[in-house]
Amino acid sequence: MDIGRIDQVIDKHDGEASSLIQILLEIQSENHWLPKEALDRVSERLQVPMSRIQHITTFYKAFSQVPKGRHEIHVCVGTACHVRGAQRVLEALEDATGLKPGETDVELKFSLETVNCLGCCALGPVMVVDGEYHGNVAPAKSAEVLKNYE
Amino acid sequence: MLMINSPAELEACRKDILSKRDPKKPCITLCSGSACHATGSEKVARAIELEVKNHGLDVEVDIRRTGCHGFCEKGPIVVIYPEGICYLKVQPEDVCEIISHTFKEKKIVERLLYCDPNTGEKATFEHDIPFYKNQERLVLGLNRKIDPKSFEDYMAVGGYQALSKALFEMTPEEVIGEVKGANLRGRGGAGFPSGLKWEMARNAPGDVKYVIVNCDEGDPGAYMDRSLMEGNPFAVLEGLMIGAYAIGAREGYVYVRQEYPLAVSNLAEAMKQATRHGLLGKNILGSGFDFTVKVHCGAGAFICGEETSLLMSLEGKAGEPNPRPPFPATKGLWGKPTNINNVETWANIPLVINKGAAAFSALGTEVSKGTKIFSLVGKVNNTGLVEVPMGIPLRDIIYKIGGGVPGGKKFKAVQTGGPSGGCIPEALLDIKVDFEELTKAGAMMGSGGMIVMDEDTCMVDISRYFLEFLSDESCGKCTPCREGIRRMLRILTDMTTGKGKEGDLELLEELAETTKGASLCALGKGSPNPVLSTMHYFREEYEAHIVHKRCPSLSCKELINYVIDPEKCKACGSCFRQCPAEAIHGGKKMIHEVIQEKCTKCGTCLEACPARFGAVKKISGEPVPAPLSEAQRTMA
Repeated sequence: MDIGRIDQVIDKHDGEASSLIQILLEIQSENHWLPKEALDRVSERLQVPMSRIQHITTFYKAFSQVPKGRHEIHVCVGTACHVRGAQRVLEALEDATGLKPGETDVELKFSLETVNCLGCCALGPVMVVDGEYHGNVAPAKSAEVLKNYE
Repeated sequence: MLMINSPAELEACRKDILSKRDPKKPCITLCSGSACHATGSEKVARAIELEVKNHGLDVEVDIRRTGCHGFCEKGPIVVIYPEGICYLKVQPEDVCEIISHTFKEKKIVERLLYCDPNTGEKATFEHDIPFYKNQERLVLGLNRKIDPKSFEDYMAVGGYQALSKALFEMTPEEVIGEVKGANLRGRGGAGFPSGLKWEMARNAPGDVKYVIVNCDEGDPGAYMDRSLMEGNPFAVLEGLMIGAYAIGAREGYVYVRQEYPLAVSNLAEAMKQATRHGLLGKNILGSGFDFTVKVHCGAGAFICGEETSLLMSLEGKAGEPNPRPPFPATKGLWGKPTNINNVETWANIPLVINKGAAAFSALGTEVSKGTKIFSLVGKVNNTGLVEVPMGIPLRDIIYKIGGGVPGGKKFKAVQTGGPSGGCIPEALLDIKVDFEELTKAGAMMGSGGMIVMDEDTCMVDISRYFLEFLSDESCGKCTPCREGIRRMLRILTDMTTGKGKEGDLELLEELAETTKGASLCALGKGSPNPVLSTMHYFREEYEAHIVHKRCPSLSCKELINYVIDPEKCKACGSCFRQCPAEAIHGGKKMIHEVIQEKCTKCGTCLEACPARFGAVKKISGEPVPAPLSEAQRTMA
């Protein structure tokens, strides 16, 4: 993500330090992660020390300071999915990808994440790959789904 | 018709909108909430548009994409008005038949109707379906009648009447009096009387005050706030403005989870349209009242639902709580008096003003008035959002509305109140659901999550699950919460993995007491609740885990084994083929066997074994039978 684009995001929020979280969210959503250069620029333009930016990027779950894979797998581990066997789905996906939640493989193909509730409890257990929902997935079926992604 | 500058113009505008609408004109409504989206409602919507056009019906028939109807189990949902014919689980390929049958031939597509799983009886109309029939949908009900992005739709159902009434016929004190009189209590968890909270903020000294919508709905398994924000953002905004007028605020914020993109975009669109019509901004309806709103997206932290943390987050900082007092009502956002209410509470405000305190409080119990929306999820037939009057028996929600537990399994408990709530066992199912009764039962109202659990759910695992969640979400600012939760989690993890020791239960109780008493905010204070309530009602399950290393629900992975019953195995090979760990000893006409050393306990074999054989089973707390010899395995 180039500096010009980051400046645009900051300008949209009038360079207000109180909009720090909103600015970081926009960069995260566009770029899928927060490179150090981007954080440096935000720190400089908003006059916010890097220590506070680090505090925020590590406190909130939406931020990542490492690159994400081309495909993001989210497994819902909300209570409703949990009682319907989400843990087994997660384990099957861990086996299939060799990843633990929060990790990305070296080829940057998949990132595996858990989410606390997607609010689609009727479909539980639910997994989402790149925004596409797969409901009522059995463990074996969940690993199957990944075969459709290159 | 753009800017609306007076109550008279508002009513003229409404009259104009209604005059252009024929209530008898057929209208196809399609649920477009997040859950239906996930099951493909967008594709269905496009198919409907295309099909209606192909039949040349586009002038005769309206199509409306509405917010969540609540019956998420059966989505995508199509309702055809004026009759109210309700089609469930509609897929794009069904659309052709719906249009040609229902509109051309005036016939019903039987197979898409609701079918009672117990009696096999079909229900043609929405109001005949038991799930809807037993509800009282005063707040959520509008969702299915309006397009959340349409100002006209909201006007058509009486929108902004309450605001106009508050601004022109009532003083701020009278508005507060009405809310107090209605005895409306906060729907976000604590159940604090909203009128009282408003009064505190109004009486707090200062010219600048704020009102805030808390849509940081973090309880796993609860999504009623999202559905309201997605489905009827105008009502939430209207409630917020009435509150701002009453308190003396001119600025408001909506704090919404970024995990709810549809809620954010529908809200933004509603704000845009309200501004265009002069219902946000300066001199609203010519009353001299100015009001603007900003949207702030949360960045993923459960603790931000707690009001002091939410304020920190709004100021651009890490969402860590602060001790109260001072309460936000006196010292909130940027140090100014601030009133924070949850989405559902705000959505109730127009209702209170329109109907009046007396009519509003006619529903409910002595101490809890009006209705409450619950999200009924887990092991229940009819998953969805349920709005019922306070005081309805818990059993009615789960059985009459929810349709009971699926698959002939036995009900075990219902968990209410999110991670700080508790589990209610079958023996207490007849309690009347309100703030006090749920607390008395060791659970709580919380934001309204209701997770049904059956015989397969292990109660020790459930407390472990909630503590794991809370340990992850604890901000770490105060030691009792940070360390207390972690210690309790460690003990429970040990229990579920067969490492439980005698004395663990007593230690858990001690830790629970300290964490409850000494934590800074509600997250820590409420964290022991799931443990304490399950220990109270299901102590024998804990003891089985500790003493006999047995999981009675056959759920804790480390305490169970999968085995194949040699008497029942027909050597069909299903489990052998599907096992991902190659842990089945198979062979033609050979009784199959699980190789325990290789087994990852994923459960695939159990699902693979044909129901008519039912040879695979789980065992716990008993030794695994010795492997059979080749001769014994050979089938006759």
